[in-house]
Amino acid sequence: MAASTTTDLDGAREALTSVCGRVGELEEASDGVDGVRPGLVAGPNDVDQVAAVMRVCSERGLSVVPRGRGTKLTWGTPPASADVLLDLSALDRVLDHQAGDLILATQAGVRLADVQSVAAEGGQRLTLDETVPGGSVGGMLATNASGPRRQAVGTARDLLIGITVVRHDGVVAKAGGRVVKNVAGYDLGKLLVGSFGTLGVIVDATFRLHPVPAATRWVSAAFDGPARAHELVQAAVHSQVVPAAVELEQDEQGGRVHVLLEGRPDGVAGRTEALRALLGPDATDAEEPPAGGAAYPWDLAATGDERDTALKTTFALSGLPDVLGALGDLDGLRLRGSAGVGVLYAALPHRTAPADVAATVERLRGVCGRHGGSVVVVDAPAAVKDAVDPWGPVPALALMRRVKEQFDPDHRLSPGRFVGGI
Amino acid sequence: MSSSPATTAPAPESVDQRIAAVADVARRLLPEEGVITDRARLRTYECDGLAHYRVTPALVVVPETAEQLAEVVRACADHAVPYVARGSGTGLSGGALPHAEGVLVVTSRMREIREVRREDQRAVVEPGVINLDVTRAATPHGYYYAPDPSSQQICSIGGNVAENSGGAHCLKYGFTANHVLGADFVAPDGEHVPLGGMAPDAPGYDLLGAVIGSEGTLGIVTTVTVRLTRLPEEVRTLLVGFASTDQAGAATSAIIAAGIVPAAIEMMDALAIEAAEAAVRCNYPDGAGAVLVIELDGSVHDVEAEFSDVERLCREHGSFEQRLATDPADRALIWKGRKSAFAAVGRISPDYIVQDGVIPRTALPEVLSRIAALSEESGVRVANVFHAGDGNLHPLVLFDDAVEGAGDAAEKVSGAILDLCIEHGGSITGEHGVGMDKAKYMPRMYSDDDLDTMQLVRCAFDPHHLSNPGKLFPTPRLCGEVPGRKKAPHPLQAAGLAEVF
Ligand SMILES: Cc1cc2nc3c(=O)[nH]c(=O)nc-3n(C[C@H](O)[C@H](O)[C@H](O)COP(=O)(O)OP(=O)(O)OC[C@H]3O[C@@H](n4cnc5c(N)ncnc54)[C@H](O)[C@@H]3O)c2cc1C
Repeated sequence: MAASTTTDLDGAREALTSVCGRVGELEEASDGVDGVRPGLVAGPNDVDQVAAVMRVCSERGLSVVPRGRGTKLTWGTPPASADVLLDLSALDRVLDHQAGDLILATQAGVRLADVQSVAAEGGQRLTLDETVPGGSVGGMLATNASGPRRQAVGTARDLLIGITVVRHDGVVAKAGGRVVKNVAGYDLGKLLVGSFGTLGVIVDATFRLHPVPAATRWVSAAFDGPARAHELVQAAVHSQVVPAAVELEQDEQGGRVHVLLEGRPDGVAGRTEALRALLGPDATDAEEPPAGGAAYPWDLAATGDERDTALKTTFALSGLPDVLGALGDLDGLRLRGSAGVGVLYAALPHRTAPADVAATVERLRGVCGRHGGSVVVVDAPAAVKDAVDPWGPVPALALMRRVKEQFDPDHRLSPGRFVGGI
Repeated sequence: MSSSPATTAPAPESVDQRIAAVADVARRLLPEEGVITDRARLRTYECDGLAHYRVTPALVVVPETAEQLAEVVRACADHAVPYVARGSGTGLSGGALPHAEGVLVVTSRMREIREVRREDQRAVVEPGVINLDVTRAATPHGYYYAPDPSSQQICSIGGNVAENSGGAHCLKYGFTANHVLGADFVAPDGEHVPLGGMAPDAPGYDLLGAVIGSEGTLGIVTTVTVRLTRLPEEVRTLLVGFASTDQAGAATSAIIAAGIVPAAIEMMDALAIEAAEAAVRCNYPDGAGAVLVIELDGSVHDVEAEFSDVERLCREHGSFEQRLATDPADRALIWKGRKSAFAAVGRISPDYIVQDGVIPRTALPEVLSRIAALSEESGVRVANVFHAGDGNLHPLVLFDDAVEGAGDAAEKVSGAILDLCIEHGGSITGEHGVGMDKAKYMPRMYSDDDLDTMQLVRCAFDPHHLSNPGKLFPTPRLCGEVPGRKKAPHPLQAAGLAEVF
């Protein structure tokens, strides 16, 4: 499938150099795509160059792995092949911010943080948390990363209103548009979100924005076990205080539920009182976010075998006590997540033996599965990824393969990184 | 994957034979009244809410369970018979228009609300369940189903999923796509699979996201899992009269610019008000050139503060009358005028076209004056009703079919309004869908490459074009033609490469 011999690569280099701004080798320090070293790195300067690179790769049968800012490149399964690493960091322009219409269009290589600075100039924000510092918009979309604020407004799929992708054959296609309400045609954006670079290259995206709230307040309460955690979360989600986030964290020090209230100062003050009353006499409130903020509970700086095993568990809300119960007895476990929507992230220490991780994941899959959810190994040392299918069982896999077959008939886009070996 | 039914079927059957074969399967599965072949009864299904397109289906099947529905679809696949799903038939783009040589699969006997799970904030419902019934079932638990199309008393959840329906409150709460988390799905080969589920972020492609809004062209949803939304502590509805739509539009912009996201901001112009008065005597402000219906909801504290800002901003932009409703009966009265607007136009015009287009909200004054100019030049009256908060226009283009050429003139104005939407970077449909009606406009909004790429999805789900064929896209893609390196090179690709080397 992949053409990685030296002569092939020399030819490819020449062809790519004639159409693309920057073509070179992978930086020495980089471990490539989760240990898979690409033959070449191509850094197009604009969408036309992305298209030209894709045409060259198509003609030569080269596999392509897109990279935004490289902050989540180890997520998922390592690719079966990565002839060309498509570096999109030069697609770094915010294209348009229409404050009056609450929309923003950006190229995919722009850092999420930079999008936020532009939106902030109009008193607005893209209500998506930066869960990994420095990540790009394209990477956030491709991995469907989400943080605490999903409670009220949802995730990338809910805020994305338009998208442009470059197909495997270099054809540039867009879907959606620049208005919040639009039902003309298929919503390709939904398919691309969370597709891990296996369907096409996301080159730009348009989002709906929200006003930056004038006031924010975090109300927190400690819990001593799954039952109390569940009570707190249920109290928050069934309340009428409109929580912007309902987070849960647990480590050696114990567990806490944190609820975020956002809005007008007078409104937030009133709701803080109401929520404290609901969460019990020990509840506290603070302006500052909890120490962990939107970050995942695993060590982001660790690489290679030093990585923790990073899990994402999902479940119907009523499953929280069972999931906490199943996680609770694990050694050295750290937990954080959006309990109010049924998502918890867990980190197992990197020393945990792969077979033990596999057994744990298997057991958790049983528990989460009973509650309508799943367990994904977001990231882990290579030995762990070998020992356990990071994605787990996926219904409708046959239909997914057919979608892949249409969008990437030669299986050259991030091959093997996704569910079922897609 | 699934091989072509056309090639696996033994000998080429005639249309009648193929329909008969599907009818046989259906009769085996269903009680007599669930299989309709009588011409007169078939005709009762000949159109949806867009009554000027009419086609009599060859067969109507009314399954009672998802399994029966899947079997019928499988029979259609086996005999290469096209089929069209139909919920309540209220669609306004001809989406549920039957196929003359196909089967209409009606979900009106699949109306059970299976579960209301307060603890999980979910309900599980069958596809024929009426939108408002979900809210009715959830309200005793302190919850409701947020997407509220004006047709909510009659339209089905399956239809809502297919159209990605919105409503007055989607400005704040989003559309069907934001509230449907899972669905059992019958693919065009009859495979019955779950998409999404109770929990968020199911691993794999978001196929459910692609199915929502696909207008029945990818397959049929059976059981649907929806998110329930907590009822707000406080709701205030404000009816505001302005001298002109310009003033009302400016007030809308000012409210949004102040960082307020109301649950709804709806606008009606003088002609729409006149019609509503005639129909339901909603008693809107006398002599208003435009009214806004503004709803604020949330916690008491916030709503109170927002309300005083909204009141002030409307005053500053020239409102001459404001009426506040806090109790449900008064609120319903205000909404009555707005929600009956489409039908009400029948009081002032024998015929009318309901248009549905979207513009960036800031373009509202400009687009409204262009619509007024179009109306003036052509002599065709246009009443405007819209979701002002998100720029979704519903111009009602009035005509009298008894007058020769009037229908054509109205059609022309209606099309010109869509052109205006596209010119301003908007969309040809915000909620009614493309269906039969607007397929021809798709190329004005999307390039050939865009449409070709969308149809890759169709080819993945329905390579033989059996599920609601002829809708949505102006020209179907031949799914066999997968442009791939190992197959014939795409001409564009060849051109590109020629340049490279
Ligand atoms: C007075 C009036 C007001 C309206 N107001 C609004 C509004 O405010 N907002 C709005 O969005 N729409 C509105 N509509 C349009 C219409 O009500 C919606 O599109 C609604 O969702 C259609 O539902 P239905 O059950 O009638 O679907 P149908 O008309 O029966 O079908 C619509 C489409 O859905 C497909 N379909 C039906 N069931 C399924 C299924 N189970 N699986 C897959 N595909 C299926 C059909 O094939 C068809 O393409 C209005 C219509 C009327 C008549």
